[in-house]
Amino acid sequence: MTLRAPPLSAVHQRADASFTDFGGWEMPVEFESIRTEHEAVRSEVGKFDVSHMGQITVAGPDAATLTQRLTTNDVTVLDPGEAQYGAITDEDGIMLDDTVVYRLPEGAADEFLFIPNAGHDGEMTERWLSERDERGLDATVTNRTEEYAMIAVQGPDAPDLLSAETEVSLAGLSRFEVTDGPVAGVDSLIARTGYTGEPGFEILCPPDDAEAVWGALECQPCGLGARDTLRLEMGFLLSGQEFHPVDEPRTPYEAGIGWTVKLDTEFVGRDALEGVAADGPEEKLIGIELIDRGVPRHGYDVTTPDGEPIGHITSGTMSPTLGAPIALAYVPAAYAEPGTSIRVVVRGEPKKARTRSTPFLDR
Amino acid sequence: MSFDVPDDLRYLESHEWVRVAGDTAEVGITAFAQDELGDVVFVELPEEGAELTAAEDFGVVESIKAVSDVYAPVSGTVTAVNDRLRDEPELLNEDPFGDGWMLKVEVADESEVDDLLSPDAYRDQIE
Repeated sequence: MTLRAPPLSAVHQRADASFTDFGGWEMPVEFESIRTEHEAVRSEVGKFDVSHMGQITVAGPDAATLTQRLTTNDVTVLDPGEAQYGAITDEDGIMLDDTVVYRLPEGAADEFLFIPNAGHDGEMTERWLSERDERGLDATVTNRTEEYAMIAVQGPDAPDLLSAETEVSLAGLSRFEVTDGPVAGVDSLIARTGYTGEPGFEILCPPDDAEAVWGALECQPCGLGARDTLRLEMGFLLSGQEFHPVDEPRTPYEAGIGWTVKLDTEFVGRDALEGVAADGPEEKLIGIELIDRGVPRHGYDVTTPDGEPIGHITSGTMSPTLGAPIALAYVPAAYAEPGTSIRVVVRGEPKKARTRSTPFLDR
Repeated sequence: MSFDVPDDLRYLESHEWVRVAGDTAEVGITAFAQDELGDVVFVELPEEGAELTAAEDFGVVESIKAVSDVYAPVSGTVTAVNDRLRDEPELLNEDPFGDGWMLKVEVADESEVDDLLSPDAYRDQIE
């Protein structure tokens, strides 16, 4: 299968980035080093090409009704220029994807824009179209993934850096708000969102102008490697690791994002999730910190101190900020209390560890 | 990118190097290997006195993104372990042929050294 390349691919190649296949896209994974890029974002500012994320617009009189039906959060509370995080679940309440839904600023051609994960854009477009047709709704659903480049600029210095390239008042833009305006002279959507825990923005612009925006934001280019360590320190979910409809079927309550489920709305999976909400999930996603030396990795077993298997690591790394080995894992709810003594089996060796709350960093 | 391949060392295809002096061999991983791994964050090595068997794994190097076994270039007894790597695993990135050495081994069979790659053969492999 031919990999999809982001519009900035040639720019990244000139910067001598290394690449990886991510959700069917050939994306830069590392420019300088993961540690250098990670530290730039935590202490100053870095930029990421996230054009592999999907973009789907939903317009027309029933756009809100349709999106409400397919996402767990309540999109009707969104005013123009506001965004929210939510999950997309099947009839059993199992997460198919997570997404940010933007209600576009007034005057925009389309009403809602949502961002499925890399490689999910085709499937999610079909899901919206199928639901629309089944319910006879009046909405236009368009997969615009190839029509947008998406650049994230993240870090404590991100507001100052971006302010120098736009006349939009970023100080007036709250977290999860979106506006339109030029960046480096390019008509863009600017959202105060991100995946690192730092102040920052995500900029959507036409692919042909992406190089102008990327070049104007003079700061450390960062790859998906740093994006992964940054998001893990914050306990943010990664599609395909913390949830996957086949390999890791999980409800939003298990994955720790039950707050995105609004049971007073009608959506696919609602009835199943009502039961989970009433009883509490049997398993929960927890944070883990290793006490012994070692690095927890995806797939490693989690056991009790007596060696009884109770779960597995979904994501793990040596945290560049903390200098400590951290991980996310699913365990039975009885073991989810922070401070519980457990073991992580690292290449056959049980290593002492304890559960802890996430995020791992205060941000 | 071209990588340093010192002429006084011998190499394994799996990117370990060995520096033989008399019956002692110093062992580490190459500049190419550390670059492929990226930021090294953890190194697991055997204890002094452990017996190594040529071509078998003796330890683990972990970077932020990957886990890699490390293989013994020669058989023998471990006579010294670079304890600095415990707290400073980044030495493998910074100075793989110097301060980032991993083990010293008393060589059991010197003829095994002849089976290892020459600097030129290793250069050919990584180019």
